[in-house]
Amino acid sequence: MRPGRYRLAMAALLFSMMAVPAQAATIQIATTDLVFAPAEVSAKVGDTIEWINTDVFVHTATARNGDFDVNMPPKKTVTSVLTKAGTVEYYCRYHPNMKAVLTITP
Amino acid sequence: MFVRLSAAIAALSILGSAALAQGAKPTDPQIAHIAYTAGVIDIAAAKQAIEKAGNKDVKAFAQDMVRDHEAVNKQALDLVKKLNVTPEDNDTSKALSKQATEKLAELAKLKGAEYDKAYLANEVAYHKAVNGALETQLIPSASNAELKSLLQTGLKIFQGHQQHAEQVAAKLK
Ligand SMILES: [Cu+2]
Repeated sequence: MRPGRYRLAMAALLFSMMAVPAQAATIQIATTDLVFAPAEVSAKVGDTIEWINTDVFVHTATARNGDFDVNMPPKKTVTSVLTKAGTVEYYCRYHPNMKAVLTITP
Repeated sequence: MFVRLSAAIAALSILGSAALAQGAKPTDPQIAHIAYTAGVIDIAAAKQAIEKAGNKDVKAFAQDMVRDHEAVNKQALDLVKKLNVTPEDNDTSKALSKQATEKLAELAKLKGAEYDKAYLANEVAYHKAVNGALETQLIPSASNAELKSLLQTGLKIFQGHQQHAEQVAAKLK
């Protein structure tokens, strides 16, 4: 293979790798009657979580390891993007009896 | 510790003995009144704390209590309206209010860190007592399904507040 062709093939390969990124998903997690549902969710770095608070109370989704702290106003939906991999236990700061787990793969 | 325990026992025995005095399980209008009163009491205590507390976490906790209990009580009012039920005053509500007024006066005499500690200790004890009453008495006695479900939400809120109060109290030491 001539050097020029090789370079072209490499470029095509690189381009195809860039053009087909991992599909980022949107995942919904709701708080209803002081319960996170689903309580266990698997996601990937780059995915968006839609936090749907159906309660009349303010909640938070606060990671125990400090990776995220999302404020969830009553009757509102807020979004956050996952930036770090890990198995993250999170809870509500106002109602620490609300607990759930997010498993985030790279 | 003694204050916390004695407050819990006092509140529990008030809830228990008032129910025994009636000799029957409380009716839905009475249950609605008791639950609403329990919220009003905690809001009054929180408003005092917002004024008096020195520690910012204690103040923030008190603000959380006002916000949540006002939200629960608004739901309770909406529900009784919808069900066309008039909350009925009763011995348990009266005993709770009387005890709360005394507690408020007692706390009013304290200052600074001493106040913060006493307020939180009472919050833990009070929420624990109300949780006990909800679990063993009010929820099982409620006959209307929507009232029962609101009380169940109320129980989760109160349990959350108890844990929250315990956490804030632990950080004060
Ligand atoms: Cu919460």
